[in-house]
Amino acid sequence: MSRLLPHPALSVAIFLVWIALNNASSTGHFILAFILAIGLPVLTQRFWPERPEKVKLLPAIRLFGIVLWDILLASIGVAKLVLGPLGKVKPAFVEVPLDMQDPFVGTLLASIVSLTPGTVSIDIDRSRWVLQVHALNVDDAETLIKSIKTRYEKPLKEIFSC
Amino acid sequence: MLNTVVPIAFVMIALAMILSLYRMVIGPDMTDRVLALDTLYINTIALLVLIGIYMNNSAYFESALLIAIMGFVGTVALSKYMLRGNIIE
Amino acid sequence: MSIWVEYLISFLILVGAGFTLLGSIGLARLPDFFMRVHGPTKTTTLGVGAMVMASAIYFSVTGDGISLHEIVATVFLFITAPVSAHLLTKAALHIASRVSK
Repeated sequence: MSRLLPHPALSVAIFLVWIALNNASSTGHFILAFILAIGLPVLTQRFWPERPEKVKLLPAIRLFGIVLWDILLASIGVAKLVLGPLGKVKPAFVEVPLDMQDPFVGTLLASIVSLTPGTVSIDIDRSRWVLQVHALNVDDAETLIKSIKTRYEKPLKEIFSC
Repeated sequence: MLNTVVPIAFVMIALAMILSLYRMVIGPDMTDRVLALDTLYINTIALLVLIGIYMNNSAYFESALLIAIMGFVGTVALSKYMLRGNIIE
Repeated sequence: MSIWVEYLISFLILVGAGFTLLGSIGLARLPDFFMRVHGPTKTTTLGVGAMVMASAIYFSVTGDGISLHEIVATVFLFITAPVSAHLLTKAALHIASRVSK
């Protein structure tokens, strides 16, 4: 099982992407997608870093919904700020200490932070496990840190149980 | 309905591309220019998708997908150059 | 094509074009680089996402069969936007620290 399917999630992703790219047009594409989904992970498995094994599906779907909603709010927020007067805007660099030490989950958190309201992630300091964030309009750095930790980091830790 | 909305959207995206081009020309920094180029790529994707709807031809979408991939690779390569070029210097 | 589907597609196109324009306005107007990154990463990405969704609905309704490859493009855009923003800000910080030394 593990030798034939080293990355089940990757196989599923390849299968779905191939089907979607060809608009689920014919049976031949389903067969080709199946062959690629089995073949590609086996051929490329040396390049893949170690991944957290268990993924909890239900919190993942909930986080996905939260992030989608926040992307919408973020765009509206940036739009308001761009059209309004720029004098009152207070940008700042904020450092968010992380509770987990997993490169993959950290990357995921950094990407989510970049897409959600008011913040863009700049760097993860691997020696101290601190996420450096640039925030567009900060009134209170502590509330910002707290909101990132409770809104995104806690669900991520729950999903990957680390 | 679509016949009126699509030209309006064309004008809006053209304006967006002009603004990105403006930022690319005035800079002031190299990172600003690369960021403007990246935005220009994404605007082009929007334009191509819109042309696809306008011409009723889904083939335009394939080129939009290619531009998306090439744009991302280009931005990553330029950022890496900016990070490493300075180290070698 | 029913009138409601046409309204939905028109709405998505307008929202997409509007957000794309707002992202570029942000890029042109905001005063410093780290603020400018916010415009394209969030606003423009959502704008193009909405536009691509409009295209998906349009070709699903008019063409033969559902049109799925637009969804791949949207997912790709949402994955790559934070990555390029991250690399660019990192490069900007690197250059800024080199200049100040």
